[in-house]
Amino acid sequence: MKRAGFRNPWLPILLLVPQLSIIMVFFYWPAGWAIQSSFYLQDPFGFGSTFVGAENYTRLAESGEYRKVAWFTLIYTLLVTFLSLSLALLLAVKADKVIRGAKTYRTLLMWVYAVAPPVAGFLGLMFFDQSVGPLTDFFKLFGWDFQLGVGYTDTATAMVIVAVWKQIPVNFIFFLSGLQSIPRSVREAALIDNGSGTQRFWDITFPLLAPTAFFLLIINITYALFDTFGVIDTLVKGEPGNNPVTLVYKVFIDGFRGNDLGGSSAQSVVLMVLVLILTIFQFRLLERRIHYT
Amino acid sequence: MTQSIAAATQPKRRKPLKWGVISDHAILILGALVMILPIVIALTTATLPDIQIEREGLQLSIGDQFDDNIDAALNKPGGFSGEVTGTTMLWNSLILGIGFAVGKIIVGMMAAYAIVYFRLRFGTFAFWIIFTTLLLPLEVRILPSYEVIVGMGLTDTYTGLIVPLIASATATFFFRQFFLSVPEELVEAARIDGAGPAKFFIDILVPLSRTMIAAMFIIMFVFGWNQYLWPTLITTEESMFTLVRGIRQIIQDQEGANIPEYGRGIMLAMLAMAPPVLIVVFFQSWFVKGLTESDK
Repeated sequence: MKRAGFRNPWLPILLLVPQLSIIMVFFYWPAGWAIQSSFYLQDPFGFGSTFVGAENYTRLAESGEYRKVAWFTLIYTLLVTFLSLSLALLLAVKADKVIRGAKTYRTLLMWVYAVAPPVAGFLGLMFFDQSVGPLTDFFKLFGWDFQLGVGYTDTATAMVIVAVWKQIPVNFIFFLSGLQSIPRSVREAALIDNGSGTQRFWDITFPLLAPTAFFLLIINITYALFDTFGVIDTLVKGEPGNNPVTLVYKVFIDGFRGNDLGGSSAQSVVLMVLVLILTIFQFRLLERRIHYT
Repeated sequence: MTQSIAAATQPKRRKPLKWGVISDHAILILGALVMILPIVIALTTATLPDIQIEREGLQLSIGDQFDDNIDAALNKPGGFSGEVTGTTMLWNSLILGIGFAVGKIIVGMMAAYAIVYFRLRFGTFAFWIIFTTLLLPLEVRILPSYEVIVGMGLTDTYTGLIVPLIASATATFFFRQFFLSVPEELVEAARIDGAGPAKFFIDILVPLSRTMIAAMFIIMFVFGWNQYLWPTLITTEESMFTLVRGIRQIIQDQEGANIPEYGRGIMLAMLAMAPPVLIVVFFQSWFVKGLTESDK
């Protein structure tokens, strides 16, 4: 708050009303409702619900299927995060270094940011298609009979590739802006001190880039967990069957297809806790990074 | 030329550096190709007749079906009802993108102004109430949010489509950060000159925030336009579909067909992609500034 604020009793309230009412109706109410219904078992025919305590949660913990989905989500998140971060970092370092065509490269490498995940998924569906997909033909050259939607690993591979393709630009933009904000004097000093480019990168540039990388790490984990819904839904054509899905997708299937309101809500709550932990982690890192800059 | 400049700035070890520059460009070109080739191949494929695509697959050759396919994408009715065309969906997408961006900016600016510039007894409380929403994305509370909208009878309406998406404080947070960086002397000067809060907001703060508003608009427009899960749940009437929501329909149409309408499908996907991509490319510097500013 500013020291020299206005003193007006009703205007600020009036200004806050739209934001607060939208948040109350579309955020706190649903979130509270999710927590509440995670302790109830809904009658499948819609005749009321019974309080079952933590049963929905114990059911989750014991479910082999849920554990399988959780494992896949973990591996998927790790792969997507690691691959998109490292490829974007490589490209950003190179784009920061070159002189000719720097702007063109920047544009070419960042525009995919604006592509919606389901559109990326649709392109993936075409390119990995069994009869018309050029990437399937490409895999055949190596004797890999790629079957999207049939083979578990094949579908998972396509999901990772599409999700990484879609995420590289965001990371690229942040890494490049992080690199460009490193002061000239630091770069020049490093240049004088240290001959080898690789060594200079790991000794000087990377530590200075670490705050950006931490921030991006959280962004990428949330992306892989939640925003890839569109990628997954399009690649499995809305019918997952035996294909891998992530935790968020399972919330969606159980809630809307399986009509398992309690189970789906319990899964939502588990995800909420997960996001809360991530956010607390992020805030602690942000606090620390203030000392950096 | 490039190599000589690069070599001149880094005087040591002339020869290996030349190779270094070449490999830098090679990596960047490879990266750029990976990004752009899928779209180029999809576009050229969409100029071919569907039968040829079915037989030979996606390819880089150019045919003569471009205008037919784009016409089919824009004007051919699809879906079960036969009521929805690409143009209808384009219109819905625009309403969602612009409505979301404008709504979010207005609501966010108002709330941020109240929090930063007024002495409020419950100011801190309001701040936390609002910023907790940054923690939980819509996907996490999707089912209850859906139930709320159904309960209010807002399915298949623009209100039901747009307003729940505004229930996250990203814009408020951006504007709060920005307002905090505005020099304190401005308010003091305005107050001495006798300007009230409304006058200060409209005549000083809004003009100052122009770049910020533009950057926000771009980011929010892209975010709104690209929404998928929420529109999928909220709109069941095909005349309310957005282009991105329509992707699901294209895939289902292709599933059932003997020879899928590849050309029309790809064109619709390109149509769903084009506006946000063009905005991001043309207003690149604003957009990058707005986006990376969020990390401060």
